[in-house]
Amino acid sequence: MSLMSKLKETAICLGAGRVTLPYPAETRPVPDQFRGRPIFDATRCIGCAGCANNCPAREILVFDVCQEVRILKYLGRRCTYCGRCADVCPEKAIKMSQEFENATPQIGDLHQGLELFMSTCQRCGRCFKGPSILEALKMKGYRFDDLENDRWIFRSNGYMKDPVADDIHIELD
Amino acid sequence: MLKNLCQKMFGRSLWVYHANSGGCNGCDIEVLNVLTPYYDVERFGIKLVGSPRHADVMLCQGPAMRSTAQALRRAYEAMPAPKLVFAIGSCACGGGIWFDSYPVIGPVEKVIPVNFYIPGCPPRPEAIIYGVAVALGLVDKKTAPVEFKQVELPIPQYHPSDLREGGKFVVYEKLEKV
Repeated sequence: MSLMSKLKETAICLGAGRVTLPYPAETRPVPDQFRGRPIFDATRCIGCAGCANNCPAREILVFDVCQEVRILKYLGRRCTYCGRCADVCPEKAIKMSQEFENATPQIGDLHQGLELFMSTCQRCGRCFKGPSILEALKMKGYRFDDLENDRWIFRSNGYMKDPVADDIHIELD
Repeated sequence: MLKNLCQKMFGRSLWVYHANSGGCNGCDIEVLNVLTPYYDVERFGIKLVGSPRHADVMLCQGPAMRSTAQALRRAYEAMPAPKLVFAIGSCACGGGIWFDSYPVIGPVEKVIPVNFYIPGCPPRPEAIIYGVAVALGLVDKKTAPVEFKQVELPIPQYHPSDLREGGKFVVYEKLEKV
């Protein structure tokens, strides 16, 4: 009985064949859902710092050097590759890559730094957001400083035919 | 330089000692996965030993905790002289996501000197083998720090001090320079 079970086990082991992956010489693709190191795309980043607010490990740091330059640093030491920064990014500037071969003798090799130019409003001096595609489509043909069109868009009373609440009094012209 | 030193010092089999100083056991499981037949690191002569006195390499997982820092330091000092320390996982590399809680001192490099960092939470078994291969000089490291500077847009800086009255119109003095 014992001998038979040993023989059976031997047969199973021989049937399995060679399973070892000769790793550094030959690689195997990672699963599709695998999250590796985040890669920052500086051309798409608008500098909203939502990633820095959402990072649970506090590894994305934001420094405002002056009014127009914002420095965003990803240190990557204790990053757990959770992907929250990529989720929250409105411009999809952070991509969770599938790189996992990040072993390094210097921890500074994992740093990524972005120096962002923040354009500011020339009157009030604060940052503004450019119009999104939807807003640009809505605004096609009209401009806010075109007073006639502005009046035509924003003071139209076509929607006031049956007022919902009586106490709201809107001056109709 | 470190690579040459490694090749000279650790020309033969590496015996590794596996020290967890307060991690969540995830990296331990990945390290043990490396020793299974699927990712057989005994190809490189790597063997897991139970005592730091037999070991050449220390695999650290978990952050340096207040309760285990002394023991980690003593285990490091018990290893014979040419010794390497691998920090495996984001806890050992940078302190983990609970880096600011009261029992955590920080990364293990605050307690013992670290030679190689393998980030990941947990790192894949391939990533650990890659770190070993980088240490042995079989492959080159792939990561490098990235610095990017956005090109400044040529927007003129309007400021009231640069404006002056020019008859009917307001003239902006520095407009030609832009």
